[in-house]
Amino acid sequence: MGLVLPAPDLTRALTRISHEILERNAGSANITLLGIPTRGAHLARRIAEIITKIENAPVQVGTLDITLHRDDLRLRPPRALMPTVIPALGVEGRDVILIDDVLYSGRTIRAALDALGEIGRPKTVQLAILVDRGHRELPIRADYVGKNIPTSLEQSVIVHLTELDGVDEVLVEGSAE
Amino acid sequence: MKHLLSINDLSKGDAISILDTAQELARVSDGPMKKLPTLRGRTIVNLFAEDSTRTRISFEAAAKRLSADVINFSAKGSSISKGESLKDTAQTLQAMGADAVIIRHGASGAAQRLADSQWMSGSVINAGDGTHEHPSQALLDAFTIRKHLSKGASDLAGLRIAIVGDVLHSRVARSNVLLLSKLGAQVILVAPPTLLPVGIESWPCEISYDLDAVINSVDAIMMLRIQMERMNELFFPNAREYSRYFGLNSDRMKALKPDAIVMHPGPMNRGLEITADAADGARSVIVEQVANGVSIRMAILYLLLAGSQEIGAAL
Repeated sequence: MGLVLPAPDLTRALTRISHEILERNAGSANITLLGIPTRGAHLARRIAEIITKIENAPVQVGTLDITLHRDDLRLRPPRALMPTVIPALGVEGRDVILIDDVLYSGRTIRAALDALGEIGRPKTVQLAILVDRGHRELPIRADYVGKNIPTSLEQSVIVHLTELDGVDEVLVEGSAE
Repeated sequence: MKHLLSINDLSKGDAISILDTAQELARVSDGPMKKLPTLRGRTIVNLFAEDSTRTRISFEAAAKRLSADVINFSAKGSSISKGESLKDTAQTLQAMGADAVIIRHGASGAAQRLADSQWMSGSVINAGDGTHEHPSQALLDAFTIRKHLSKGASDLAGLRIAIVGDVLHSRVARSNVLLLSKLGAQVILVAPPTLLPVGIESWPCEISYDLDAVINSVDAIMMLRIQMERMNELFFPNAREYSRYFGLNSDRMKALKPDAIVMHPGPMNRGLEITADAADGARSVIVEQVANGVSIRMAILYLLLAGSQEIGAAL
């Protein structure tokens, strides 16, 4: 399949998600964006920039590492921990928006909900995702989706971001069988 | 990596990855919820054949914060005091399903023996073996030094660190010399010649017999405990003389660089190797070393036990 989301479309998707977040939460005053490292953290920063421009006011943004809450820790070699940065106002009573690049089995998000529960009790938790590729293994859905890309289990979805990879794009590799 | 027996088993990258992991885990200790589910269902045995306060409690706290089950086992009050061999003890622990054994033992090489034998299948973590090594202490010292002095760098390049006192009996000194030099620091051992081990010339460090000559050039000074229980020969004429030449007192505190830190692995002999005002002063990070010890030990347990043992080679 190759390139499914070129750079301009990726930027448009993030802009639309930013508007949807603002619409649903009636502004940026009570929202806290938390990106899941690695790429979710960069996406969160970008969405925060867009929201800041639209609202003309800064927005709370941070990162949430979920490694210690994964349910597949025992199945893989130990993983390095990534930074967790909770913004100044915390999560207590806030509308927290989790941000990740690809939604697949849903297990990362389950772990994120556990990790979040340890920090505090948000008013609501919402989920923004750049690519939803299907094949959920848990009852989890996204509130904001950049693009739905139906895939087969054999395929892999690859997200490249300029911050890390020098280019913005989403690729699908492998056969669709 | 399955065991942590010696600093020699770690590459520079491994050591930095342990420090980085500890830095992230330190947040947990600072947060409102001090418990993580990561090691739920794992059993960790603290096998302490020698006395310890800090190391044992700190490993226990670390294991509990990661939700592991901890069994404490010390020589006093167990069959070790009836003469049970290490082999029989190990096989008992294996039968009880220990995933890891944290061992402190008076004999150098005890941890290695336990790891090399087929007596048990779990991980072995060396918490001090005789006068050989104490890797988790060196890691927590490096963590403390990095936090205060590295200015954001991941290693300790360019720092000058003095380790003062009873190097001969100190497993802390050996592990620290190996680790700190691996991380790029310049290490100077300061001790009377009688308290330096044979073969010290081959260690990756400088040696001095004169504390006053080096004290104004170091970024961190680590005082070692005079190990009264191992002082069965005359290593120095008397405690007062040792204290005068090698103790850290208020005059020597004035000679330190303004941002230098004072460390001690504990337990301290106050008034012997360190005076109370040096130990409790603003430059002292001795209490913080204990707190950092929990984070470092959480990192060690996480990296050794959380992943799968079959593939387990990321460290």
